[in-house]
Amino acid sequence: MAEIALSNVRKSYGPTEVIHGVDAEIADGELIVIVGPSGCGKSTLLRMVAGLETITSGEISIGGRVVNDLEPRERDIAMVFQNYALYPHMSVFANMAYGLKIAGVPKAEIAERVGQAAKMLELEPYLDRKPRQLSGGQRQRVAMGRAIVRKPSVFLFDEPLSNLDAKLRVQMRVEIKTLQRRLAVTSLYVTHDQVEAMTMADRIIVMNGGNAEQVGTPLSVYNKPATVFVGGFIGSPPMNFLQAARLQASGLLRKVAATAGPAEALDTVGVRPEHLSFCEEGAAVLSGKLVIAEALGAETLAHVELDDGERMIVRVDGGREVPAAGARVHLSCGAEHLHYFGADGKRLPD
Amino acid sequence: MHKRVVFNNRVLPYLLLAPQILVTLVFFFWPAGQAIYQSAYIPDPFGLSSQFVGFGNFEFLLSDRYYLASFKTTVIFSTLVTVLSMGAALWLAVMADRVIKGSSAYKTLLVWPYAVAPAVAGVLWLFMFNPNVGLVAWYLKAMGYDWNHVLNDGEAMGLVVVASAWRQISYNFLFFLAGLQAIPKSVIEAAAIDGASFARRFWTIVFPLLSPTTFFLLVVNIVYAFFETFGVIHTITAGGPQQATTILVYKVFSDGFVGQDLGSSAAQSVILLFVVGLLTVVQFRYIERKVHY
Amino acid sequence: MSGMVEKHGLGIWLTHLGLIIGIAIICFPIYMAFVASTVTQPEIARPPMPLLPGGHFIENYTAALTRGVNSPVLLMLFNSSVMALGITIGKIVISIISAYAIVYFRFPFRMAFFWMIFLTLMLPVEVRIVPTYEVVAGFGMLNSYTGLILPLVASATATFLFRQFFLTVPDELIEAARVDGAGPVRFFIDILLPMSRTNIAALFVILFIYGWNQYLWPLLITTKPDMNTIVMGIKQMFPSGDDIADWPVIMATTLLAMLPPVAVVIFMQGLFVKGLVESEK
Repeated sequence: MAEIALSNVRKSYGPTEVIHGVDAEIADGELIVIVGPSGCGKSTLLRMVAGLETITSGEISIGGRVVNDLEPRERDIAMVFQNYALYPHMSVFANMAYGLKIAGVPKAEIAERVGQAAKMLELEPYLDRKPRQLSGGQRQRVAMGRAIVRKPSVFLFDEPLSNLDAKLRVQMRVEIKTLQRRLAVTSLYVTHDQVEAMTMADRIIVMNGGNAEQVGTPLSVYNKPATVFVGGFIGSPPMNFLQAARLQASGLLRKVAATAGPAEALDTVGVRPEHLSFCEEGAAVLSGKLVIAEALGAETLAHVELDDGERMIVRVDGGREVPAAGARVHLSCGAEHLHYFGADGKRLPD
Repeated sequence: MHKRVVFNNRVLPYLLLAPQILVTLVFFFWPAGQAIYQSAYIPDPFGLSSQFVGFGNFEFLLSDRYYLASFKTTVIFSTLVTVLSMGAALWLAVMADRVIKGSSAYKTLLVWPYAVAPAVAGVLWLFMFNPNVGLVAWYLKAMGYDWNHVLNDGEAMGLVVVASAWRQISYNFLFFLAGLQAIPKSVIEAAAIDGASFARRFWTIVFPLLSPTTFFLLVVNIVYAFFETFGVIHTITAGGPQQATTILVYKVFSDGFVGQDLGSSAAQSVILLFVVGLLTVVQFRYIERKVHY
Repeated sequence: MSGMVEKHGLGIWLTHLGLIIGIAIICFPIYMAFVASTVTQPEIARPPMPLLPGGHFIENYTAALTRGVNSPVLLMLFNSSVMALGITIGKIVISIISAYAIVYFRFPFRMAFFWMIFLTLMLPVEVRIVPTYEVVAGFGMLNSYTGLILPLVASATATFLFRQFFLTVPDELIEAARVDGAGPVRFFIDILLPMSRTNIAALFVILFIYGWNQYLWPLLITTKPDMNTIVMGIKQMFPSGDDIADWPVIMATTLLAMLPPVAVVIFMQGLFVKGLVESEK
């Protein structure tokens, strides 16, 4: 069991820097999800922790030990890959046992540990099969099993569910989370799927363009996004954004302390779709035309085109009546639900 | 095309490459260098010393009646082998592609000659056409044609061509058949619906679509005829009669080992080196194209 | 072209007929060789020779195998096997390890080595006969298995084939292996080698045929009859001058010379075709 510390971790390929100094502390037994769009550097960061990429500068330590110059096998980690990376010519048993065999673990103990993992993952009937004879979900479990038998102090997951279909993904999501809880092994989990991030993480690291934009619990990230990017990325449908000037007349905006330079002047206001609601013309903050309403059952997503052409999404309870498409609608919002961002995209102090 | 992850090891890669590089240096580059070096010298008859002649050996070769004749022989021989072998193979492949039942049995019956060594192919055909005992030669005689490839230039050429082409048919057949089977059926069916006859469909649709295969085989067959048919010629005619079947590779051998004319043989090796280089470049460009398309 | 419209009736029968005629023509030389290997010398010497096999099969083949003309064919078969297997295994081993080095390592002069190997494509034995002979003679390798095998074991084709295959192996496998604690040697032996089995087998078939069928090289460097390989030994069985050749024994030898590679092609047709196609990529 171990905690992980990243301090000012940077990565460059030649003159191009792709990771711009990431800091994070991961507590023992915690499951941290690194989430971000493709190309944001999340996989690179994970691979640096794994020892598959060199660290250009900064420091990574696992369990208090700086691992910058250690080989992957010396870092006491296990990794689950996106395409599972199972050895195609080995049986399920051999795949799980390979790392132990190399480490010189006695045969009887290998059999016992693989047996335990197989039982935990319900893989016992498949131990003699080759990976190609398994379904996607089963292969995923073997990849998990290979990580578990090692009893590492850190699990690294690189988009482990992205090759599965939607239904299986939801199921495996729960399984991985449950397993991680049970084993209480510190875990780093990379995904581009913000739902996965929200549902699995103890804490989330949101990455964008090689920077860690925010580190926090799922709800704190959702409720208080640190940047415009985080607000737009976490939450589905995403947060609505408006130029602050558009709301000036409404009287909703609170006073923002004009502290420093123009970068911190109020620029953008964000509001979650569930915090907008339809109202009478008199109470309206914004007005526009309802373009389309997507009824999802439990909720309905109404797409509203404001008078100046800007689009907003309104989330309404599924049982509620929604105006017909094409109708003129008026929206209101509580002042306490507004998020304030400066010209540099950063959240302004509350 | 590079690996994202590689091993870091200073010594191991060199150790892994060592055997291949060593063999290459000792048995490829050193001899090739020797050939280039020797091509600029004429050794005295006793092999005690040699005299530098620069491009003398080349000048001599390129004005040598026999060498030029050998060049011409090689061109004629290669053309005939290529045309005969590819033509026969294409004909067989088109038919094998048409039948569905038994197609794999036909394939099995047609691929094995590839495994027959050129020298063995030579002996097989020599036996049938041997002027004294050969069955075919005897029947030809019975029909009034006096076959004797030992004396007749044209007959000798014909025989080495047939024996060389025979052995290469299976190779061409396999690639033509694969090429034909890769043509989408719908294209041919569309042409059939347009009312094109079989022959018309073949020449206007199938053959053009087969052209990458054909071009590839063309290069392979030329290389084969140039360099790999030594065994056929050595067993059937030994270059005769009067050098009528002495192709360039055979001449390097006979001048170098039989005639002991080392300077000339080395110069010939160098010229052949250029021919191989040229063919390799052509082949390589083709491969590149294949990758891009 | 299997989507042809004229699939029924006369057309298809004519196609079958055409194929059968073609195959008959192609097989005819072998058939005649077989007939010749089952009859007696006088039957051949007085043309036309018989068209049907005779009753001297065992006699002729026994004579060839145990006695031959210059040396017993059994010995030549053994020499051929050693040469063919030596060349095949040698080529595969040195090619697979050099491809491994080129694909999975970064080191100075990597590309220089790559091009050096590539250039050997342009240097077939036939082109550099005399100087290569001199090098081998200089090492005292004439009339030796080493001399037969070693100069032919470098292979650009096999190296490229393995390189091509290694490049298709997903990067994640090497990463998984590294996380599992495997170093370069273990990764090669435990993972890459077993994954290359089919490619090795296909290459084995092609290279075995190549090695077995060598003619010019053994012709040059074996001067003692007991070092002759079977493919080159056939030619040595023909008498010089006007003596009548011992055709039944020669033809029996010819068939024996064809047997191993032909059997390999027929029984491993799938691998053979794969090897052929891959090695031309």
